Amino acid sequence: MSEHVVSAKTYIAVWLTLLVLTGVTAGVAFINLGPFNTIVALVIATFKALLVVLIFMHVKYTSEKMVKVVVVSAVFFLLLLLGLSLADYTTRLL
Amino acid sequence: MATAAITAERENYLNQEYGIKSWLLTVDHKRIALLYLLSITFFFFIGGFFALLIRLELLTPAGDLVQADTYNKLFSMHGQVMIFFFLIPSIPAVLGNFLVPLMIGAKDLAFPRINLLSWYLYIIAGVLMVHCMLTGGVDTGWTFYTPFSTAFSNTKVIEAGLAIFISGFSSILTGLNFVVTIHRMRAPGMTWDRLPLFIWAHYATSIIQLLGTPVVAVTLVLVVLERALHLGIFDPTRGGDPLLFQHLFWFYSHPAVYIMILPSMGVVTEIIPCFCRKRIFGYKFVALSSISIAVFGFLVWAHHMFVAGISLYAALIFSALSYLVAVPSAIKVFNWTATMYKGSITFSTPMLYAFGFVGLFTMGGLTGLFLAALGLDVHVTDTYFVVAHFHYIMVGGALMGYLGGMHFWWPKISGRMYPESLGRLAALIVFLGFNLTFFPQFILGYLGMPRRYWQYPPEFQVLNVLSTAGATVLAVGYLLPMVYFLWSMRYGKVAPDNPWGASGLEWMTTSPPPTFNFDQPPVVNWEAYDYEHIPAPQEARSGG
Repeated sequence: MSEHVVSAKTYIAVWLTLLVLTGVTAGVAFINLGPFNTIVALVIATFKALLVVLIFMHVKYTSEKMVKVVVVSAVFFLLLLLGLSLADYTTRLL
Repeated sequence: MATAAITAERENYLNQEYGIKSWLLTVDHKRIALLYLLSITFFFFIGGFFALLIRLELLTPAGDLVQADTYNKLFSMHGQVMIFFFLIPSIPAVLGNFLVPLMIGAKDLAFPRINLLSWYLYIIAGVLMVHCMLTGGVDTGWTFYTPFSTAFSNTKVIEAGLAIFISGFSSILTGLNFVVTIHRMRAPGMTWDRLPLFIWAHYATSIIQLLGTPVVAVTLVLVVLERALHLGIFDPTRGGDPLLFQHLFWFYSHPAVYIMILPSMGVVTEIIPCFCRKRIFGYKFVALSSISIAVFGFLVWAHHMFVAGISLYAALIFSALSYLVAVPSAIKVFNWTATMYKGSITFSTPMLYAFGFVGLFTMGGLTGLFLAALGLDVHVTDTYFVVAHFHYIMVGGALMGYLGGMHFWWPKISGRMYPESLGRLAALIVFLGFNLTFFPQFILGYLGMPRRYWQYPPEFQVLNVLSTAGATVLAVGYLLPMVYFLWSMRYGKVAPDNPWGASGLEWMTTSPPPTFNFDQPPVVNWEAYDYEHIPAPQEARSGG
């Protein structure tokens, strides 16, 4: 397992992108998009999380299957949390 | 005494270094296990003290011993201390820490310094919790339900929440360490299907600790933020949803029950084959049932919320999913029973605890099915039936397993034998005291006595008196092992390397083990629980 070296440039680029996207999220919050408010915020947040996981956490460069299993299972459990909670929220009568 | 002198000279993890610094800065998993043992025992007695006050208050129907507000604090802090500061770290951080590297033939855990860090985090959390208790305490129940915790309670919610938040990180780090260790540090020949089932149980537990604990940590932070900064997350008047708290909280806190019970199952799975002199029945099923319990455990949380206002559709789904957990649990119980069948059983102390575990866990598990059933749950929600049910799992199950494990591995940990006859007596007292305490609570709950009340109608008094009497018996049963374990460290008979004739690498090194566990790195070329080829020692068979 060799350590992949990521250039400082990449890190800075990712960092700037994250900052810009944070600004976009904050900016969009002032515009009322109706039902798309949440969707837009979540899409941006997911994209940011992907950048962090893939580049900052080096998941993109790993050849270790185990690391991938860990990432996939974490996402899977997050989906369980969201999915089964939605089973309640989408079917509530009140 | 001559052998004692020789043993004292033999270098082991206890006598290699002396002084407080050699303990507080140690990175030896065995020493860290002992640090944890001392700390969780301290919290066990604090939690037990609260429990005794609760039982004393409930001796009479009137609320006469403490004020109603004090009673609320007592049961809240009893729960928080016992769950977060005793049960969750109990077996993993003490026995798991001590045994995981030994059982897989490693020198230490994968990250010894992170292991020490996890103990320090636990201590920081513990100090915060003790400070919280001394300066007024918290009265939200161990569950921190909103909106009470965020908007109404005027007790130390933030401090207790932060204490639990920090102890959560300690738990995550232990889980992380175990997962990496089990993957990376197994001795040559120690394949996955040769691993002791204790390791499988801890692997499953670690998965829950890793995936679940962050959720409760974030949830408690949200409570703190809403309480301190009035963010609208759970408060409906600010656009929040109080049930969201319950969803997030139980997403961790239901699986947390499996953090407590799975390691106990692992302990019992080691004890039963040893004292039946038989290979475990259905190795693969017992191993995989641990993993299935860990996974299914994440699918059932809303059965704590059936009457809270979740949709009927969601309630149906969660009710059905809750029944799923019964399948791997039953697989384990049947496999333990099948292992005992036609075994050559010795009624030694650890085995008595294992018997107790199987019986009490079965009762706790089956009454869990009552609670998973939608109709019945409406009747018994928030009654003493629930209290009895989860104490059968957590005390009758998890704690019995912990005590069984402590007796089983005490010779390895301390290098001394405990007095066997006193051990059996204590096991019996714990079993009787436990049932006397909690069985009446099933009846009380079914008759409608609500939990968390400080007064009750006079017709419930007889059962409450029985329960309180049981609690005092139980207290004796818990004090006794502590006394004779301490006694045995000085006066106990010197333990041989393998006093029970048990299988497993931990018994192939000296008692107590050297700092790096094995003089020669072990190579494994046999199956787990190969009891047909291990002679039973005379000592274990005659019971000492």
